[in-house]
Parts: sequence; structure tokens; C-alpha cells
Amino acid sequence: MSLSSCGSSSICSLSSGILVANDPSSKLSKRRFTPSISQPGWKQRRDSSDNNRGVSKVFGYYGLKSPPYKLDALEPYMSQRTLEVHWGLHHRGYVEALNKQLEKNDSLYGCTMDELIKVLYNNGNPFPEFNDAAQVWNHDFFWESMQPGGGDMPTLGLLQQIEKDFGSFTNFKEKFTEAALTLFGSGWVWLVLKREAKCLAIIKTSNSINPLVWNDIPITSLDMWEHAYYLDYRNDKAKYVNTFMNHLVSWNAAAVRMVRAQAFVNLGEPKIPVA
Amino acid sequence: MAIRNLLTRKTLATSPLGMLGFRSLKTFSLPDLPYDYGALEPAISGEIMQLHHQKHHQTYITNYNKALEQLDDAMSKGDASTVVKLQSAIKFNGGGHVNHSIFWKNLAPIREGGGEPPKGSLGWAIDNNFGSLETLIQKMNAEGAALQGSGWVWLGVDKELKHLVVESTGNQDPLVTKGPSLIPLLGIDVWEHAYYLQYKNVKPDYLKNIWKVMNWKYASDVYDKECPES
Repeated sequence: MSLSSCGSSSICSLSSGILVANDPSSKLSKRRFTPSISQPGWKQRRDSSDNNRGVSKVFGYYGLKSPPYKLDALEPYMSQRTLEVHWGLHHRGYVEALNKQLEKNDSLYGCTMDELIKVLYNNGNPFPEFNDAAQVWNHDFFWESMQPGGGDMPTLGLLQQIEKDFGSFTNFKEKFTEAALTLFGSGWVWLVLKREAKCLAIIKTSNSINPLVWNDIPITSLDMWEHAYYLDYRNDKAKYVNTFMNHLVSWNAAAVRMVRAQAFVNLGEPKIPVA
Repeated sequence: MAIRNLLTRKTLATSPLGMLGFRSLKTFSLPDLPYDYGALEPAISGEIMQLHHQKHHQTYITNYNKALEQLDDAMSKGDASTVVKLQSAIKFNGGGHVNHSIFWKNLAPIREGGGEPPKGSLGWAIDNNFGSLETLIQKMNAEGAALQGSGWVWLGVDKELKHLVVESTGNQDPLVTKGPSLIPLLGIDVWEHAYYLQYKNVKPDYLKNIWKVMNWKYASDVYDKECPES
């Protein structure tokens, strides 16, 4: 998927947009291609895509992406059972619900996940499909934000940026934990790179909202919906959050995202050595 | 006698309690369940009931009391911005306490009448407002299933307009946030903690089964009180 056809800087596009490449469990529906209400932007994408041959084509929607580790790889910090239910039932449910909704609405075809979320958010007045689309993206991002043998500390540039924006890594950890524990209801906690302010920040979002809607760049996240921790920790949120920080969070993934983000956010002048 | 009063007044004034004036802050405590934790099985498991009551509801009460203390403190100091800042914590935790207190009374074991359909004036009102009890149940279940995130589904009565309503609220917002004259008759907790251990993500099954232990008698009593036969 090339950046030019998307029309936006899809930084963390983790779910492939148009056709499902690698997931055998995805559903592809065959349908006659009928051009619907054309909107600027979508039309040129359709014309340039392979599918516009005027015969019944395969419509691919979004597929359920597997986490980058086996379902039992995060034991004992996140049980296999939780992964099976959280990924296999909740996440899969969101994907299937999204696909079903997209079947009805041709004009949304052809976006990357990032664009879809921004369009559906509609500047604060979200369409009904927003919830499912955002939750699919959120969970993809979340699985990749964790790794077996996670925790510990970030290094190099990311650590420097954290220390610059939060004072110290310990302070960041405290603030992140506090944000997670003071979230009312269902939601997520994010470490983001703010585009305008050019700094890292911790934000809390409710239900399915994610920082893409404000055009910020997520670096890592923590799912604070009860389904994320209830099977393993019951109502002991503090233990869950601490376990995530100490044993699950993938600073490798965060570092990769940070590097990519710096292609879009200028964090400072480069240090060019003087000859 | 006067001297004793003077003495007590002085102690109050110097003690921390004196800061609050002569009234003391009423704190809240966890109400007992009118039935055993396992009494609602198999509709709601004993493990869920115990966690829900002893951990979740208790946490709301603890945090509510804390927020109220801070509010009292801020009020007596005239700290307007803190007073405003505390409102969301009070709404959330206080709402949690209010809602769950109603919820426990909404449920009853089958052998004590749980699940028995309403008779009398509430039964009539349901038929008038919704057509039938089945339609009402379907409507509430649909609202519950469609609710994103955490919240409650309510059957309420508008005491001004004297008709029944089905409403949903988010997080721990009490029904009154949807209309100042709304009185809750029945509430269904659709936060995940209310059903997750037993039903996982199959919320519709939870919503279907909870009607088997619904305490319509409580709802009828509240309805009769708010809308007495005239």
C-alpha cells in the first residue's frame, strides 16, 4: 500500500487496508461492483485500483490480524485464556461487525484503517461504524504494544525523549499508571507523540476513541476495558497496570513507532558535527 | 451546663471536626445483600455477585466517601476550583453507589419471586406503554446489547408525565441525568464486570437470563409510590 494513494500519512497502519493478505480466517465477499455516490478522493482511488474492470469482483474488507506471538506467550502475566477470549472473541467480533457494516456502505471502500477511523469520527460526531473500526485498530495496536519478556525500560532516543518530556522514566511510569487507574469506565491509556506540540504525552480516551482522531501519533497503549484484565486480575486494576508496565509493554515496538513518527514530526535540529 | 457547652464548642473549633462546622459529614457504607451470593444462580454466578458487591460496590463507596470529604474540605475553605474539579469523581463514585444499591434490590432469587411478571398497576402501565412485557424486555435487551463501553439500562417512570421510559446511561450516570423527573424502577448493569466471568463477551445471554431473577415486586412498589392510583 503506497502512501500516495492514501492521501494521508499513515504512520501506524497496521491492518492492511484493501485486501486481506495473510489471514486465512478472513471473510471475502464476492459482489458485483456498482459505483455508488462518488466522493472526491474515493473516485480516483477506485479508478486506479485493479478492481474497476466492470465485472463482479471480490471485495476485500478487513481481516483479523494475529498477535505477533502465540496466545500463550504472555503467560503468566496475561493468560492464554484471556488472549483466546480477548483476541478470538472480542477483537474478531469487532472485525466481523465492521465488515458487515462496510458491506452496506460502498463509499467507505478503499481507505486504509487510519483514514477510515478519521472519516468515521466525523470530528466528534462519529458514525455508527466508528466504534468497530476504531476497536479493530486499537486492538491490533495493543497486541503489538506487548511482547513476551516485555517491560524493563526503553533505551537510546526514546528514553531520552521520555526523560525530556516527563523528567525521568520513573515519573513517566507513575503518570501512566495514574492515568490508567483514574480512567472512569471503559477506555484506553496512550503514550502519544503530539504533532503540534512536538512532545510526548499521556492521554486517556473513553470507549473506542484513539489519538488518530486528533492527528497525534500513538507510541504505545494499554487496554483498560474490563474485558482486558477481568479474567486474570478480577477488579485489581493496579496489579494489571503494574504487570503491564513491568512485564508486558514492548519498548522495542514503541521505539520503532517513535522512529517512524520522527519522519513526520521534527523533534529538533539534527546534531551535525562541525568539521 | 453552659460552661460544658462552651467547652465542647471550643474543642470542636480546635479539632479537625470543628473545621466542618457543627454538622459532621455523613459517610456511606456497603448495604447488605438481601440474599446469599449464590442465590441468583444460574442466572448470575455467586463469584460474580461476591466480587460485584464486596469489591466493586465497596470501591465506589470508599471513593465516594473520600471525594465527599475532599468536597467538604474545599467548600469550607471556599476553594471553588477544587469543588468543581471534584464533581466528576462524585458523579462517578456516588452514581456507582446509588446505582448498585438499586440493583441489589432489583434482583431476587427465583424462590423469593425473582422473575415473576409484574401484576397490578405496573403490569397495566407496561402494557399501555410498550404493548406487552415481552416487547419491553426485548427493547431493554436491545438497548443493553447496543450500549458501547460501560453503562446501565433502565426502566424508569417519569413522575411528572406519569409514563414509563426505557433509557440507557453511560458509566455510572444515574437515571436522573437523563431527565430530572425520572425515577428508576429497574436497572441492569451492563458493565463488563457484571457478567464477564460467566458470560464472557456474550452480553445478550446475560441480558436474556437476568430477567429470570428480576424483582418486579420492588419495581411495582416504587411505581405505586410514584404514581399512586388516583
